[in-house]
Amino acid sequence: MPKLINKSAVIDNPWTVMKVSTGPEILQVVSGKNFIVPLQFWKLYQEELNEYDGNIAVWLDSNENPEQITGELDSLPLIALNFPVFSDGRSYTNARELRQKYAFKGEIRAIGDVLRDQLYYMAQCGFETFEIRHDQEPELCLDAFKDFETGYQSTITEPTPLFRRR
Amino acid sequence: MLADRVAQFRDQTNRYIDGKLSETEFLPLRLQNGLYVQRLAPMLRIAVPYGMLSSIQLRKLAYIANHYDKGYAHFTTRQNIQYNWPALVDVPDLLADLAEVEMHAIQTSGNCIRNTTTDQFAGAAPDELEDSRAYCEIIRQWSSFHPEFAYLPRKFKIAVCGTADDQAATQVHDIGIYIVKGDNDEIGFRILVGGGLGRTPVIGKEIFDFVEKKHLLTALEAILRVYNREGRRDNKYKARIKILVRETGVDEFKKKVIQEWALIKDSSLTLTDEEIDRCQKFFDAPNYQKLGNSPAQLTDKLHSNVLFAAWHSQNVKPHKVPGYSIVTVCFKQTGVAPGDVTDRQLEQIADLSDHYSFGEIRISHKQNIVMADVRQDQLFELWKALESEAMASHNLGLLTDVICCPGGDFCALANAKSIPIAESIQRKFDDHEELTTIGEMNLNISGCMNACGHHHVGNIGILGVDKKGEEYYQVSLGGSSKNNASLGKIIGPSFAQEEIPDVVETIVGVYKEERNDDEKFIDTYNRIGIDPFKEKVYAKAD
Repeated sequence: MPKLINKSAVIDNPWTVMKVSTGPEILQVVSGKNFIVPLQFWKLYQEELNEYDGNIAVWLDSNENPEQITGELDSLPLIALNFPVFSDGRSYTNARELRQKYAFKGEIRAIGDVLRDQLYYMAQCGFETFEIRHDQEPELCLDAFKDFETGYQSTITEPTPLFRRR
Repeated sequence: MLADRVAQFRDQTNRYIDGKLSETEFLPLRLQNGLYVQRLAPMLRIAVPYGMLSSIQLRKLAYIANHYDKGYAHFTTRQNIQYNWPALVDVPDLLADLAEVEMHAIQTSGNCIRNTTTDQFAGAAPDELEDSRAYCEIIRQWSSFHPEFAYLPRKFKIAVCGTADDQAATQVHDIGIYIVKGDNDEIGFRILVGGGLGRTPVIGKEIFDFVEKKHLLTALEAILRVYNREGRRDNKYKARIKILVRETGVDEFKKKVIQEWALIKDSSLTLTDEEIDRCQKFFDAPNYQKLGNSPAQLTDKLHSNVLFAAWHSQNVKPHKVPGYSIVTVCFKQTGVAPGDVTDRQLEQIADLSDHYSFGEIRISHKQNIVMADVRQDQLFELWKALESEAMASHNLGLLTDVICCPGGDFCALANAKSIPIAESIQRKFDDHEELTTIGEMNLNISGCMNACGHHHVGNIGILGVDKKGEEYYQVSLGGSSKNNASLGKIIGPSFAQEEIPDVVETIVGVYKEERNDDEKFIDTYNRIGIDPFKEKVYAKAD
């Protein structure tokens, strides 16, 4: 089970990521589990998902635009954004847009190649929880949120840029 | 923030050395701190925002050259400074030393927004609409550690130009910004996107003809957001914004940017007058004396000293304040790699700038040093001092004022050497009178198609290529990075290293025969085309 952190502690992870889109039968086998399903699965099996007895969230890969789920944002408690490799920066923009453009209020989670040295930036862009890669030490990761005391930009966590705070 | 960054990088380097951070994971972290691993040793690139340095910073750079390197540093074509010999373990200490004088290597490399560059005469040029440095500073702050744009598809370079005569190569940047006057004389920005050199050279295309000052950052943020999401990540050679703009089409790209922009246009990121004022104050004019132009101390010496007069006519340019001039110290001495400077020279420059130019200098994208505020009545003294330190080269803007990358002697990416090519051309053209007869001409050399030596925009461009393991050189003509930017056209099959000086001589010969009066090379070329040059060059080769 990958370790999950928020910005201050290691926390329990009630969610399981369905990594690849399979058939809807899987929902019968694993009844009651809280699933983060791939976008494609979520779009294809809306009916089956509506009848499912556990909680359902969705994850987007870095090349999937949040635009595709804007109609359903209120029904989603959580959206996970994947980093297929840590150097792929598209999910930063996707996180920001979920908050800024689409006013998503639920939890945004980073999954995939989530490493210590990118956590500070992720947090600034609106990520709240982080499923860190198996080899990352959670305590070291928690330090990352203190890498910088402040930043110049207008971000999700600090919408007022530094020049308006001077 | 700087202290935070030094501590962060020290920790990252330690984790890398301990094996807790893999090579791949450390790579973008060290790159965003300017650290490359090169052919012979690591290379560290230091950021010099808008190319400007104080004498205090220069002395620190001299100390670093001496303490951590082999006694020299290198000016880059992006107004930065590079060291070619620091050891990895020393880098955190070196960065801590730099931080003492508020310098760093942040975002000088990696797939992020790089140092914002500008005209090296900013603030002093007579043809300037507004000092571009304030806007460079605004952009520098916005782009430093931008959390959303630290892992872009590829590197991203921005230039700002406020002068009529573009010396910043603005049109070959990912974003090029011209300070312009709009309706009612309001000052704002004309913005180009998708310019660049490298493998696929492109002149930037206009995306906005006028952006109000207050909307500068939101416009940039909107462009970057579209690029970050849609720029190609499947092929690093197609990942620059120029390819995205080309594949999307500039109109469609603009539409996407406008959509993003609409969401943030009047957000808190909108610039305030106070912030623009505050940043302009960083560049307040120094304490100029009330003086007149052309004082006797200058004119007398111009008449009596031929060498001084030659230097004055090439290296000294008019200033917006009467009695002052802009001096460029040309670092293109034959036998010295273009842009290389010793620790002693750095200290000398620091001392001279304290004496003659308010303790401040700029690095130009042509790899020279500018003292922007020199009193005309002190020009002769300054020249004497430069001469005694062998820094009085008067070939600025002439054929031998070559732009050149470090090339195969230092760089792991290069196909071919570039420094010896520059030197062989400089040796061929060692007669100053001949050089001034040829007149304004720029020759740029890159050791590979990454084009760090800007060969595409050289009037004469030379590119090192690999032909079955041998170093060859491709020659192009007609490039320019000025206001009417153009990309050079390849003249024909490439040449061996030893042929290059003769090829250049032949090209120059054709120009001298064909030119009308004092027509510049680029204008003659544009009038007669490449064929006359081609005929002569290859006739001779047969």
